[in-house]
Amino acid sequence: MRHVVVVGAGPAGLAAARAAADGGARVTLLDSADGLGGQYWRHMPAERPAEREHLLHHRWTTFGELRDALAAHPAVTVVPSAQVWSLERLEYGARLNVLVGEPDGVGREALVLEPDALVLATGAHDRTLPFPGWQLPGVYSAGAAQALAKGERVAVGRRVVVAGAGPFLLPVASSLLQTGASVLGVHEAAGLGALGRGWLSRPWELAGAAGKAGELAGYVRDLVRHRVPWRPGEAVIAAHGDGQVEAVTIARLDERWARVPGTERQVEADAVCVSHGFTPRLELAIAAGCALSASRFVVVDAAQATSVAGVWAAGEITGIGGADAALAEGAVAGTAAAGGDTGAGPALVAGRARTRARGFAARIEAAHGIRGGWVGWLRDDTAVCRCEETTYGRIREVAELTGSRETRSVKLTSRAGLGPCQARMCGRTLQELLGGPEPSLGTALAPAVDRRPLVVPVRLGDLAALPQRPQQSPNPQENPT
Amino acid sequence: MAADVVIVGAGIVGAACARALARAGARVTVLDRGAAASATSAHGEGNLLVSDKGPGPELELAKVSLHGWARLADELADELGPRFPSIEHEAKGGLVVVTSADGLDGLRGFAETQRAAGVEAVEVSAERARGLEPDLAAGVVGAVYYPQDAQVQPVAAAEALLASARRAGAVVRTGAEVTGPLLGADGRLTGVVTTQGEVPAGDVVVAAGPWSAEVAERLGSWIPVRPRRGMVLVTTPMEQRIRHKVYDGDYFAATQSAGAELQTSAVIESTRGGTVLIGSSREQVGFDDRLRAAVLAEMARRAVAVFPFLARTNVMRSYLGFRPYMPDHLPAIGPDPELDGLWFATGHEGAGVGLAPATGDLLAATMLRLAPAVDPSAYAVDRPTLRNHRPADVSDVQGTGVTRASDTSRGARGEART
Repeated sequence: MRHVVVVGAGPAGLAAARAAADGGARVTLLDSADGLGGQYWRHMPAERPAEREHLLHHRWTTFGELRDALAAHPAVTVVPSAQVWSLERLEYGARLNVLVGEPDGVGREALVLEPDALVLATGAHDRTLPFPGWQLPGVYSAGAAQALAKGERVAVGRRVVVAGAGPFLLPVASSLLQTGASVLGVHEAAGLGALGRGWLSRPWELAGAAGKAGELAGYVRDLVRHRVPWRPGEAVIAAHGDGQVEAVTIARLDERWARVPGTERQVEADAVCVSHGFTPRLELAIAAGCALSASRFVVVDAAQATSVAGVWAAGEITGIGGADAALAEGAVAGTAAAGGDTGAGPALVAGRARTRARGFAARIEAAHGIRGGWVGWLRDDTAVCRCEETTYGRIREVAELTGSRETRSVKLTSRAGLGPCQARMCGRTLQELLGGPEPSLGTALAPAVDRRPLVVPVRLGDLAALPQRPQQSPNPQENPT
Repeated sequence: MAADVVIVGAGIVGAACARALARAGARVTVLDRGAAASATSAHGEGNLLVSDKGPGPELELAKVSLHGWARLADELADELGPRFPSIEHEAKGGLVVVTSADGLDGLRGFAETQRAAGVEAVEVSAERARGLEPDLAAGVVGAVYYPQDAQVQPVAAAEALLASARRAGAVVRTGAEVTGPLLGADGRLTGVVTTQGEVPAGDVVVAAGPWSAEVAERLGSWIPVRPRRGMVLVTTPMEQRIRHKVYDGDYFAATQSAGAELQTSAVIESTRGGTVLIGSSREQVGFDDRLRAAVLAEMARRAVAVFPFLARTNVMRSYLGFRPYMPDHLPAIGPDPELDGLWFATGHEGAGVGLAPATGDLLAATMLRLAPAVDPSAYAVDRPTLRNHRPADVSDVQGTGVTRASDTSRGARGEART
């Protein structure tokens, strides 16, 4: 029986696992969280169920159906709290090294999987651009605020400002409202011009994405009901306070996201939630050797196959498209990974849904994609790397003194990106500050900021406890002469 | 003589050569196909060691180089100013520990030969070793302390050497890959062809680390450098509990071996950033960059055997690099025996950072006919221990002809790398 391993139990991974099982495969579904649903369907733990959970989630019934179908399927094994800490590329396929148990626990169980087919559905985390004061307590990534609201029913503050770019700001504001917070405004960096070009071009295509539009319309109704202003072409460009956010500066932005002088105003607030887009979690795809596009998403074909035989990808790592795209891609990937035909049956329907949802993703990028003018929000003393507290001024100074614009060198000489988050927060920002593409050696030595062979931190004791296996030499030794 | 020199490779060795030559008055251009200090130099630990070297030419070079780094640390700081990233030179000392009576005998004998060769190697009891490193494992039965062992931050050090070379007139061009030779009518090398055009030069120095064999071949010559892969683990930052460089007694055996199979030994130290670096491994797998969990596990076991408390620490990063390995464990520093105008400064295996200053000085002295600090014959490219690795006719092993630069450039680019 063909063994399919799916990594990630968000919408893409759940759909992939179900499609693969329906296609006759034995399926193992891994997720680092202790429950299913991913970031999108993050919810209260089962032992503390919320009565009105469905009100907080779009397509909650879809989640329920997928969860129940997987639980009932005899060929599916769900492994929660499973951290895939590394992926080894073999001559054929891949080996996943997994630790199962509480992330901080001692003596986690080691699991080694060598599947016939691998579906990567590792998702994305939200990206926050730096601004003066962003290190203050009270500044949250929108994803963190959303997680607290959905998973813990905790509001991040009483007077909250939401800012950044993209449709994700709307559900975040909506979740905050439902936890009782007062949302002072939603400030969208994209101006009406970009929004119009992104959303109003080829309007006939939008008809197909009615589900998505309906979801967004629901969030907008929430904002209207609570009289929350939605302000395009604006950003929070600074946060202020003594040990805690007390106020933020909001300014109008031009088309390039540069602040328009004279439009700054201060607003009293005790929390600010920011999200400027998403960064795909590419560690496993890079370790597997999957080709990436110029905009650094995993390249897939019509059947969601990556450039590496035996590895499929679905969801946000193939492009930021939201839950509808992820569900459709997962269904196609799962079918293909199980050896099924993606040109017929449910996979064909899913494929069409995916095409529509992908158009939606392109619109998001066209309307809300990050523009370079944000660099002007920074001051010399603004921390770019929060782990190591490396400032914008220091990064520029080091780059100028050494004459190097290469990320790895500047990281090692300025310490930016070397801390515990391993440049997950600042890596792309650093690269953009240093000026874009770099010469690549095409090997492990290439300075890709997304390359992290150790996907998550691992206790040295857990590494030491791994079973010893016979050494296999991947390459026959070359003749020295 | 022609004063213009092209150096292929902007790693720590190329940077040291560039500084030495530029300050001696040569007009220097450094070429790198990638960025400066981005390959082998950026993927090691910055070790400046005498502890792992037995008596012989490598130790002699290391001793000179150790003084070179101490001097450079001051010179570079004076020259480049306090805002330039520190090269973090620190003579923290090394401690080699052993866990068995046999191991202790071997270590003692080795330390004695080192002392005779001028190395400070102080035998210490297990109790005294724990005074130096309170968290050592209970099983440690003895140790030798090497106060001369030191370190630098290798990327900052390479950037500082390059910045200093620039101030002496050197030019650094990154993103320029050498594709073939420029040859004079008499067959002498007169420069290189690169992806950014031709760069004429009186002399060409190959300082391309583990890629030197390929560069040499593209230029019409030969050097038996091969990649020897190593991995390093980095913990999350913590309060410093490890004060020296600490190795288990197997490190020396691993550095001196020629085996292709995996070898590991514990090399453990704290960094200024609060992380602990854990090495080391040695594998000959070509330029294969795939992670191997079994190697990490073996390194972890060895590290925990020396410092049990490390078992509870989190490793947040691993990286790997390729050392330039030579079959006789000595670097090649000097002129090519056959192709006039070609020079080498490569093959330092895991000791390139430590040996860089002395290598740069030796190369400059040989090229500019000054008095060298060490006898250059031991590092000569035509030394006896390399001769039997040399093919009968170098041109037989070349993938391309070398008659016209443009042909060579095309042929060399089309070749697949192993």
